[in-house]
Amino acid sequence: MNQPASLPAAGPAKLFLLPIMTLAQREVVRFLRQRTRVIGALVQPILFWILFGAGLRGSFKPPEWAASSMTYQEYFFPGVAVMILMFTAIFSTISIIEDRKEGFLQGVLVSPVPRISIVLGKLLGGTILAVLQAVLFIFLGPLLKIVGLAPDFETGITLAGFLPLVLFLFLLGFSLTALGYLIAWPMESTQGFHAIMSVFLMPMWLLSGSFFPAGESGWLSWIIRANPLTYGVTGLRRILAPEAGLPSAPGNPSMSVCLSVTTVVCIIYVAIAVWMTLQRSTRNAR
Amino acid sequence: MLSKSPIQETALTSRIRVADISHRYGDRLALNQLSFDVRPAEIFGLLGPNGGGKTTLFRLLSTLLPLQFGTANIAGLDLASQAQQIRTLIGVTFQSPSLDGKLTVQENLKHQAHLYGISGAPMRERIENALQHLGLTDRKHDLAESLSGGLKRRVEIAKGLLHSPQVLLLDEPSTGLDPGARHDLWKYLKQLQHKEGVTILITTHLMEEAEHCDRLGILHQGELVALGTPDELRASVGGDCLTIHSDHLEQLSDQISATFGVTPQLVNHSLRLEHSRGHELLKELIDAFPEQVTSVSLGKPTLEDVFIHETGHQFWQAEETT
Repeated sequence: MNQPASLPAAGPAKLFLLPIMTLAQREVVRFLRQRTRVIGALVQPILFWILFGAGLRGSFKPPEWAASSMTYQEYFFPGVAVMILMFTAIFSTISIIEDRKEGFLQGVLVSPVPRISIVLGKLLGGTILAVLQAVLFIFLGPLLKIVGLAPDFETGITLAGFLPLVLFLFLLGFSLTALGYLIAWPMESTQGFHAIMSVFLMPMWLLSGSFFPAGESGWLSWIIRANPLTYGVTGLRRILAPEAGLPSAPGNPSMSVCLSVTTVVCIIYVAIAVWMTLQRSTRNAR
Repeated sequence: MLSKSPIQETALTSRIRVADISHRYGDRLALNQLSFDVRPAEIFGLLGPNGGGKTTLFRLLSTLLPLQFGTANIAGLDLASQAQQIRTLIGVTFQSPSLDGKLTVQENLKHQAHLYGISGAPMRERIENALQHLGLTDRKHDLAESLSGGLKRRVEIAKGLLHSPQVLLLDEPSTGLDPGARHDLWKYLKQLQHKEGVTILITTHLMEEAEHCDRLGILHQGELVALGTPDELRASVGGDCLTIHSDHLEQLSDQISATFGVTPQLVNHSLRLEHSRGHELLKELIDAFPEQVTSVSLGKPTLEDVFIHETGHQFWQAEETT
């Protein structure tokens, strides 16, 4: 026989979607098999929430747009959810560096999978994990009041509000995973990623209105307003707010602004990630 | 009948065609104007010391690296512009396993099938077949990281073959395999070649592995220094090989060339001579220089002799210096 049985006819949709699903599934399975990662990404933010909540309770002054009864832990709540999204997104994109070292990535790169599917598969997997953990925290966190580790507050999440919450977390998670991807793609070692994390990602999170309010003026408030993540944190804060809602104010942009900025930034990150992956370069062959 | 285009014509006589390929990493020239053809259903070996350029060529052909100079086609498709189509036709087995250690053998194969657009019942059938052929059926639920080196390589090969590629590229396939496993691997490769008509290109630095190939290209410092069947290559050395050890190598070398009119090569603390009538020369040599010669050995040329003949280097020595 001269010609071996060749590949069964696969439609373009199959060659596009199937790899995305399979790469995403791999992310999730891998994650669940590494218990320490689950603990790291979920327990640390909850500890932060409890400890900072207790420690800063006395010195916290609610921003003007919030109810005067707001406790620090209540203010910090959406910020912790975003931190969980960010940590999970980062840990799942660090695996790009490991995949490159261990050779798995080479195997994917020589396959006929469209490069955009490689990116989307990785991002989808990371995002699913990030959203699952953030949702877990949003529903279980307030229950800590039973043991006295959280204040009694309302998250305003109803059955009808669940879908918008998940969709917004998904958008923000996708964006953060894409950011992690484009940082991890050119990296040669995980140590390098940790350095970027402490000098760039952590400050980005600290200066997003998640840890402390933006204030009315001053250089700090301008940095916070220029930080795209601020719009993610504020968007989540609005979705989580009790029915009365939050007024728009400086340092507290409206929901439509939050959605637009988060979407545009997400598209930019994904586009850069795809562009990077399309380059056939020496780096791919390490 | 329609006339064939030049590209189709090429596909009939060669499955892989490499023409004038060069590759640079910064200032270092890793490949220098390489040209060769691999014929359909042939096992072609690239033999050379590590650092000779084998892996660079392998990465170019497996579409990981961009082509810098020259052209190449696989199954009549252009490597520079039709990489995407080429990827569906080639199976690639890397030197370092590309397995996900946190997944089981079966899961690894499932993801691989999905990457090639294979799913459902055909996928299950292919995976079962591959597992059976490579003797992995009873290990399919084991995590890949728990397998021995030999088993990992077998899974790696199963991965590369899952989509029935027309061309199989293997980078140092015997690395980490014990002799038994190596034997099985070659039996399987020959079977693929004969029953399925798969064209196989392997890179290797092992002489005994190169012996199994139909044709060989010897790579040294980025250049193709010899090309042919193992027998042709050995015949090119001409006659027998004498290896002479002595305490005064240079002095002896001069004396030999003065007396016999042949110039020995100084290779790795010994003198090396190729001669069509080696056994006669051996006798005369010992008669002429009984004091200087500490030991001398006579043998038919091996592939290693071919390498020394073409490059003037000992195989392993070349590996250390490059």
